[in-house]
Formats: sequence, structure tokens, C-alpha cells
Amino acid sequence: MESNDKNSRRKFLNNGLKLGLLTAIGGVAIAKSLEEEEMVELMDTNGNLIKVPVTKVEENSSLKDDDYNVREGYPNKKFVMVIDLARCKNAKQCVKSCNKNHFISGDNAWLKIYKMQDSEETAPYWMPNLCQHCDKPPCVKVCPVDATFKRRDGIVSIDANRCIGCRFCMAACPYSVRVFNWSEPEQDEIKSNMVMEHEDQMNHNTGYTPDYTGNPSTKGTVDKCDFCPHMIDQKLLPHCVSACPNGVYFFGDLYEDTVTNGDETFQLSKLLEDKAGYRLMEDLGTMPSVYYLPPKNRQQNFEEGFKYYTEFQSVEKNK
Amino acid sequence: MKTFDQLTKDLAPKKFNIYGKIWVALLIVTIIAAIYAYIIQIKEGLVITDMRDYALWGIYISNFVFFVAISLVGSLVTAILRLSGVKWATPLTRISEIIAIAAIIMAGLTIIIDMGRPDRIYNLLLHGRLQSPIIWDVIVITTYLVISILLLYFPLLPDFQILRRKFKDNKILAKWYGRLSLNWNGNTKQKNIYKWSINTLSVLIIPVAFGIHTVTAWLFATTYRPGWDSSNFGPYFIAGAFVAGAGGVISLMYILRKTHRLKDYITDFHFDMMGKLLVMLCLIYIYFNVNEYLVPAYKTTEKEAEHLKELFFGHDALLFWSVIIGGLVLPVIALLFKRMRKPLPLFIIALVVVIAAWWKRFIIVIPTLLHPFLPIQGVPESWHHYNPTYLEWLITWGTLAGALLIVTLLVRYLPIIPIHETAEENNIVESLNTDNDEE
Repeated sequence: MESNDKNSRRKFLNNGLKLGLLTAIGGVAIAKSLEEEEMVELMDTNGNLIKVPVTKVEENSSLKDDDYNVREGYPNKKFVMVIDLARCKNAKQCVKSCNKNHFISGDNAWLKIYKMQDSEETAPYWMPNLCQHCDKPPCVKVCPVDATFKRRDGIVSIDANRCIGCRFCMAACPYSVRVFNWSEPEQDEIKSNMVMEHEDQMNHNTGYTPDYTGNPSTKGTVDKCDFCPHMIDQKLLPHCVSACPNGVYFFGDLYEDTVTNGDETFQLSKLLEDKAGYRLMEDLGTMPSVYYLPPKNRQQNFEEGFKYYTEFQSVEKNK
Repeated sequence: MKTFDQLTKDLAPKKFNIYGKIWVALLIVTIIAAIYAYIIQIKEGLVITDMRDYALWGIYISNFVFFVAISLVGSLVTAILRLSGVKWATPLTRISEIIAIAAIIMAGLTIIIDMGRPDRIYNLLLHGRLQSPIIWDVIVITTYLVISILLLYFPLLPDFQILRRKFKDNKILAKWYGRLSLNWNGNTKQKNIYKWSINTLSVLIIPVAFGIHTVTAWLFATTYRPGWDSSNFGPYFIAGAFVAGAGGVISLMYILRKTHRLKDYITDFHFDMMGKLLVMLCLIYIYFNVNEYLVPAYKTTEKEAEHLKELFFGHDALLFWSVIIGGLVLPVIALLFKRMRKPLPLFIIALVVVIAAWWKRFIIVIPTLLHPFLPIQGVPESWHHYNPTYLEWLITWGTLAGALLIVTLLVRYLPIIPIHETAEENNIVESLNTDNDEE
């Protein structure tokens, strides 16, 4: 796919976005229209391109079927993320967008960019860190009340109406991605927004649904990155993915074997093979859903990242 | 040899003198202040503490571990020493059971204080999941509390009957002691049930006691964090618990001997033996400490090294070495001398050991949290450290005062030294058999 010329990639983007990036059909590529019937090129799960008439392509209207259950998640999906460290220069747009769209009012963002250097002799690099949505999540294992749960679609989520605030999950998480609402969150905006946006999922007694973490955040409970199901609902990419100016983040479906950052789409398995993808702390056996591509052949200058670097702040305060 | 009347007179509960009243008032004032602080915490959230996303547990949790630890002494003295036929420990059984119950009640309360949403505690019953070590802790701590209460109560049955007779002029006391004695009349059948129950409970409580502290250790050891990720943690915690508990018993027996004039019952011999026991327990605990720190220090894997460096030479070094040297090594050396096992020096040493034991839990809980796998970045500078706030200390003191108040009240109404057992062991015959009950 990388060898495609610029033109067809643009075209793919336009049409692809229209079709929805996360349809059950999978990563889509549109070639030039052939003769009278418009044909579409689709990628099958083995990475082969096949031609199908546009009229035969059916768009799946809703990702959630009738017996959708928040603790099971989207049917037939397994979300993954790939983070290309070679592209990250700490532009911080992901962090900003995440904070803004999740109305993060505490001091600790759900997504942070770390300044990393594995040893003195090796080069430093910027590393975005967010919930790894582990397949063997240590946080879920230790939760005494099943407030944090692992879904079949890969997402690790939190029921803020059940959480008792013991913080054992935070102690158990080796990636330090969980945050706690130490005081009453100041999320005035969200409380009116959420009622309108998520009416269909809402529990009408409590006005709350565990579908969307931090929506609203609740004093005395734990929050963290939830892979943006409110964006997935609309067949859009998570905020960090779409906000990144350098195309660092790729989001997709393991079953479709496809990930995209909005501009480019790759076959996941091939991408991980070609770029030697890895997961954080693989030795712990947590089996994260987030893959990293090593920071080699960097497209960005590490030093440039210091422009936005703040050691003690990941959430901007506009007070 | 004393007569039974003399024995009863010596050992029956006594009213508070003026110091006792001041002491109780002091405890109540502390508890009220702590409740006030806790109300602020409920309103504002845990933000009133210095805990944050990295130091996500603080002195509430280390205090909880301390309470669980010190409560283990109930099983040590009443069960282990009883079953191994150590007769000299009889006068200490009730003291240690009282400490055990007070501590385990406050341990339960402390863990609720630490919760972000104490209003949802019922979720533990509604949605409890057996794979969470917290649920194991809930189960095993309630079991321990029940067995401990029974193990305090059963040996009291004959004593309550004795007290009922002793206080027959005080209608209210006599009524309650009578009720609590469950119509004990000392016949063979009752005695058999009584002995059988106490022996059974003594056996039962040992695995449960090991359970509470092993599970408490597992709250930490089941995570990946350097400093906690250790298969040594269970026995290490148990060994430490016995040190704290023995220190607690020695401190309390010294104070009660003074306040209740029990020189004839808690003798220098008892202090000498408890001193020797403390030496042995400290040595075992030092052995586990060597295992806990030396092996990772030998390997110095990256994260363990960072953590240990901070303990040995860094920010926590002063506290770490004070606890190890001052709270374990020096007491062992001092207690090798017979002079130091006399009541007063031993009391001072025991107090030091207990205080060091409290800080030891701090050293176990907090530094590890401040050395996570990924570097701490992007959070306010103050989140890199943990210094408990005044309100946090106040609440913690409140729990300690609560434990001491429970001890004080139990001591006020229960005979500190089992009257019946003491009489039996010394073959003192009950002379009151003449005034037989109508029932």
C-alpha cells in the first residue's frame, strides 16, 4: 500500500471516509471507476485487493446490534492501536484534543507523551502513553466489584457508578495510566452535553451509562482512556488519532487486520512485521492492544519536541 | 498463696481514676476531631489528603497494614502459646485478645476511610468478585474478627459468673455480667464444652490469622511493582506482624500492671519471657528483611535498583535505617542483657518497636508507588512526593485513638487477667459455692 501513488491515496481517503472507516467490510480502497459500473477495490483479510461493484457494497448502518451490551461491546470487533514512535515529535495535539473532548478537569491527562531514553547510549524519543487496553488486564483482575471490565471488542472500560474508589486497579496497572478524581470534577459543560448526545444508551434512572468513561467523571472514582467509543459510534477515529498532525496514531480492527490514521491505511500484521512493532512490557504478560513501532529512521527531530514540553503539566488550565 | 476472694478482688475490673478519666477524655477528643476531619474528606473528596495518582495509597493504607499486623498477636499468644502448652502466658491471653479485637475493628474502619466512595461499600456484597484479593481480605478479616471475639468471650464465661457475684450490690453490672455469663455454673458438661470450644477456636484461628496477613501482603505482592513484586511478602508480613504484636502486648501489660496494681500477676518473669520472645521474633523478621532487600539489591534489575537506591541512600534512607536499626537491630542487642528485660526498659524498647513497626509499613507502601515502571511525567511537581496533610494525620490519629479507646473500655469492664483460669492453674478453690443460685 505504501507504494501507491499519492493520487490514489488521496482518492481513497475521500471515498474511504465516506464509507466509514470502521465498516464490517474493512479497509477500503477505491480505484478509478471502470467502464459504466463503478468498481471498488477492497482488501480482504489476507491483504489481497479484490474488485467489487460499488452497488454490492453494503454499509453497515449501526455498529451496535439489537442485543448490544455495554459489558460485551461492539459485536465482531477487536480494536487495536499502533503508535509510530518514528513520527512523534511531541506536538501535543493528541493530548490537547483528548483533554478537551473528555472534559478532563484534573491535573493528570489520560494520554501523556513521555520523554524516553532507554539507556545513555541510545537516542531519546517521545512516547505517547495511554491505556493499553490489555487482553489480560491486571486492573480488571484486581477490581473487587467488577467496576472496571474487559469487553470482547478489546476495550477496558469503567463503570463509574459502581467503582468504590479503592484504587487497587491503579496500583495494579504497570503503565500508570489510570487517574483518580480526587475532588469533584469541574465538568459543567459535559453534564448537559452527555444527556443530549447519548440519549439512547442512557440509563434513565441515573442518567449515566458506563459506555463512555469520564462522561461524566465522578468524584472518588477512577478514570482513564476508553478508546473513544463515542467516536467509534459515529464511525470516526478517536480524538488523539485525528488530532495528530504527524500521523503517529493508527486505529483499527484486529479482525479486519487494518489500521488507519485517517490519511494512510495499513494491513496491521504486515505493518507490525515490516516495522518490527512491539508492545510495552511484553514480559508482564498483560497482552496490550496498543502496539508501538520503534523510533527508527525518524521523520522528526527529537529536539523540536522540547518546544511544547512541560515536565509538570499535561492538562492546560485556562483559569 | 492468695485466697479466691483476694484473687477476685485483685483482678476484678476497676473504675477509672482521675488519670483514667483524662485519658478517656483525650481519646474521645481526638476521635471527635478525626470525625470532623473525615466529614471534610467526605465533602471535598480524598483531595484533602496528599495522595495523588502516583502516591495513590498513603498512610491510611500503611496504617491499615499496621492494624492488621498488630492484631495477629491475638493468635500468637492465645492460640500458638496456648496450644504449645506455655503456661506462663495465661495472664497475657486476655490482653492480647483485646489488642487483636481493637486492632482488627479499626483495620476494617481504616480501609473504609481510604475508599473514594464509602457510600458504595455494599457493592462488595452485590458485585464482589472472588478473583480480587480485596474480597479475600474482606472474607478473612470478618472471619478473624468473629473468631477473635469468640476467643475473647468463651474464656470470660466463668469470669462473668464470678463478677456477677462480686458485683451483686451493683444491680446493673450484676445483671449484665449475669446475662453475659450465659448461666455458667461450672458443671462438668459446661466445662467440657468450654474446653473443647476454646481448643477448637485456638486451632481455627491460626490459619485465619496467617490468612489475614498473608492476604494483606498479597494486596501488594499481586501487583507488578518493584518492591512489592515478591514471593517473600506473605511470610515477611507475618514475621513483622508478630514483632509489632509482641511489642503491643508488652507495652499494654506494663501500663495495666501499673494502673491495676497487678505486680503479683504480671511479674518480672513475664517481662523477661516476653523480652526473650521479642528477641526471637525480631531475629526472624530481620531474616525476612535480609531476604526482601538483599536479593534484589544483589541483582539490581533496573527498576528494583532505582527503588532500593532511594531506600538505602536517597530520600527515604533516614526513615528506612531508623526503622531497621532502631526498631529491630538495636532492640535485639539491648534485649540480650537481662537488665534490659526488666519491666521499665523493656516497656520503652517495646514502644520503640511498635512505633518503628508503624513506620515500617509506611516504608513498604509509599516508596514503591513513587517508583513506577514508566517515568513520572506531566503531573504537578508535588505529585512526585508524598507528605501526608494535617487532616490525613488527624484521621489516622483518630483511628489509633479509636483502637486505644476500645482497649480502654474493654479493660474497664473485663478482668484483664482471666480469674477462673488463674485460679484453676494455681489450685485456688472457689469459696463462694455456698451461695448457690436459685436457677
